[in-house]
Amino acid sequence: MGAAAFYDLDGTLVRTNLVHAFAFSARNQQGLLKSMVKTAATLISVPMFLAADFYNRRLFNDLFFVRYRGESEDRLRCLAQELFDTVLRPSIFPGAYELIDKSRQLGLRQVLVTGALDITVGPLAKHLKIDDYVTNRLEFVDGYATGRLLPPVMAAATKASWMRIYAEKENLNLSDCYGYSDSMSDLPMLSVVGHPTAVNPDIRLRNTALQHDWPILDLR
Amino acid sequence: MRERAPKVLRGPVPRNKEDDQVVYIDGDSAPRILFSGEDLLLEDLPIGTRVLYPKPPIEGLANPGAAIRYALNHPLEAEPLYAQLAPGMRVTIAVDDISLPLPPMTTPDIRQTIIEILLELLDANGVDDVHIVIANSLHRHLSAAEMKRMVGAKIHDAFYPDRYYNHDAEDPDGIVHLGKTDHQEPVNINRRCVESDLVIYVNINLVPMDGGHKSVAVGLCDYESLRPHHEPETIRASDSYMDPKRSMLNTKVERQGALVDRHMNVFHIETALNNRIYAGATAFLSKNEDEFTEVDRLKFEAMRWTLSKMPRAAKRKLFHSIPAQYQMVAVYAGKTEPVHERILKHCWDQYAVHIRGQADVLICPVPFISPYNVNSILNPLLVQVMGLGYFHNFYRGKPLLKKGGVMILTHPCYDEFDHNHHPSYIEFFNRLLPETRDAMKLRHKYEEEFAKNPSYIEMYRRGNAYHGAHPFFMWYWGENGRQHIGKVIVAGAENAHVPKILGFDRADSLSEAIAMAKSAVGPSPDITMMHHPPIVMADME
Repeated sequence: MGAAAFYDLDGTLVRTNLVHAFAFSARNQQGLLKSMVKTAATLISVPMFLAADFYNRRLFNDLFFVRYRGESEDRLRCLAQELFDTVLRPSIFPGAYELIDKSRQLGLRQVLVTGALDITVGPLAKHLKIDDYVTNRLEFVDGYATGRLLPPVMAAATKASWMRIYAEKENLNLSDCYGYSDSMSDLPMLSVVGHPTAVNPDIRLRNTALQHDWPILDLR
Repeated sequence: MRERAPKVLRGPVPRNKEDDQVVYIDGDSAPRILFSGEDLLLEDLPIGTRVLYPKPPIEGLANPGAAIRYALNHPLEAEPLYAQLAPGMRVTIAVDDISLPLPPMTTPDIRQTIIEILLELLDANGVDDVHIVIANSLHRHLSAAEMKRMVGAKIHDAFYPDRYYNHDAEDPDGIVHLGKTDHQEPVNINRRCVESDLVIYVNINLVPMDGGHKSVAVGLCDYESLRPHHEPETIRASDSYMDPKRSMLNTKVERQGALVDRHMNVFHIETALNNRIYAGATAFLSKNEDEFTEVDRLKFEAMRWTLSKMPRAAKRKLFHSIPAQYQMVAVYAGKTEPVHERILKHCWDQYAVHIRGQADVLICPVPFISPYNVNSILNPLLVQVMGLGYFHNFYRGKPLLKKGGVMILTHPCYDEFDHNHHPSYIEFFNRLLPETRDAMKLRHKYEEEFAKNPSYIEMYRRGNAYHGAHPFFMWYWGENGRQHIGKVIVAGAENAHVPKILGFDRADSLSEAIAMAKSAVGPSPDITMMHHPPIVMADME
């Protein structure tokens, strides 16, 4: 049986998060006024996003992705490469390249399991030479986002259950697999692998990692 | 401590009296002080127990600076250092890491004194391209504060971080393959050192295992280069690894060192320190308890009472913040082998106590510190390495303990690990040891998995963690002890599971441990206690 390294993305391998990606899209609306309004609305909402994320990742998703309602799919895809070049690539933690490289040398399959959007993750995954990735996907109707996510919504326990199914399908032994995340919301994801590691952890995950004697890594 | 009349020697000196540092317990003897981690015990030992005390500190050199300059100008089998220097050349100064000496010495650290002199000399000879590399091998990287303490603020501020840094054994671009020995042992060394015109190694020899070719060939190498000798068979074949002439570990390292010398120009500076760990208020800790004054007794009781009221973390912090009062007793420079030979003599002069006859039971107090937990926790694996590794190997000739004898360690054996320094130790202890304690099996089944674990590699490189393979080395380090000793009992272990995982027995107290030992080796055992720290080594007849 093989093994894989499963990575969360935002905060784990890159400094940015979902809000940065959305802010980029908000900043690049058609028309200056629209851009300013959308950017201001995003900024005002940041405390609410933080509070929601602290409370529950699902609540955060519900509140956050609705902001994409009305965005054109073409436009989002068009901006994806620019988003990667200007926002995401400079935000990759210096240690991320090396971690993935060492992991690949062990013969592990490299898999991203992230709540970020497929549109934004593609170029980044290619850049990091990731073998597989699973992301959240916006629902589009007639080429425009509805503000909802297509199931399964990648967050918390869903990530872990996706990993279990993936491991079974790909004949991977989860006990030999590695998991990397920065957030307490990914506790299920870290719990299903044999080698969990807290990366740049928030205080709650740090405490949990200490209790479970998991390695704590700082890639920043 | 109870009042005692001044000791009067009655009757003949015990028949086995070998050395002034050996004391036999009789009915009139004072109880002995033993370290038990961060605590001090006061125990009555059975009559007839032989206690080995460290020798008094050898007088330090009156003018270390002058002695260092003399050594640089009168090296052994090498040109004087100034004659080897030329403007524009590339020089790297490599220094021993924080594992030496123990505890860290008062500032200025002897490394600072030497490097200050070296930098003056290099500057005077027009050598500008100078780097300082800490030869930490797979040990943890030192923090900036620790690095600053080691060389002083002036050097630190001038060189850190670009020209004063830790060796990185996992830097893919930072290691050069020099070749293989005739026994197929690979030698991969720090690139900056290999590509330097001259490497000046600044060593501190705390125990005879240190120094010599180990400095460069081990201190500046990578995991692959360590594997041939940091393994169970080599340790089993070392009798002991503190005795270089009878150490397979040393033999293999010397082979690698010879290869290093063929490719690199190494100018070795070795120093020997005395054993003056305690001075002033704590000087009583290295005294024979029979010779305690009333003031010594008061100090001890005050210290013990204070420690009993403090939380463990605070006690640990307190002990780690007391620097040792070491003084340099010798310094030599030049070619590695002759320099090392001279320094070894000074080491043994300080540590060796002449002993006749092995013991059935050996009592070893385990203090709060080992080479691998400076500013950190002496975790269960390190308790093991202190007992089966260091204490067992503190001999020349034959082990102090008879084959199959009982070793008694005094330590709480707390289940505590430092997550920043020893992350791989935690997994090793909790996941592997419950499955097997067989060093060969551990090496073949799990060592590479740990050594190549990306998380542990990154924690070693970017944090202050020991390398993923290091807990295995710690286990191998106890391998010849494990093969020789019949039973290990931890007196005062506060839990049952830690000794059990280590393969040890536990006892509530030293007297209970001795009673247990008697049931293993007979009712009238020869009992010996090593009264350390400071270090004492048995020079066995």
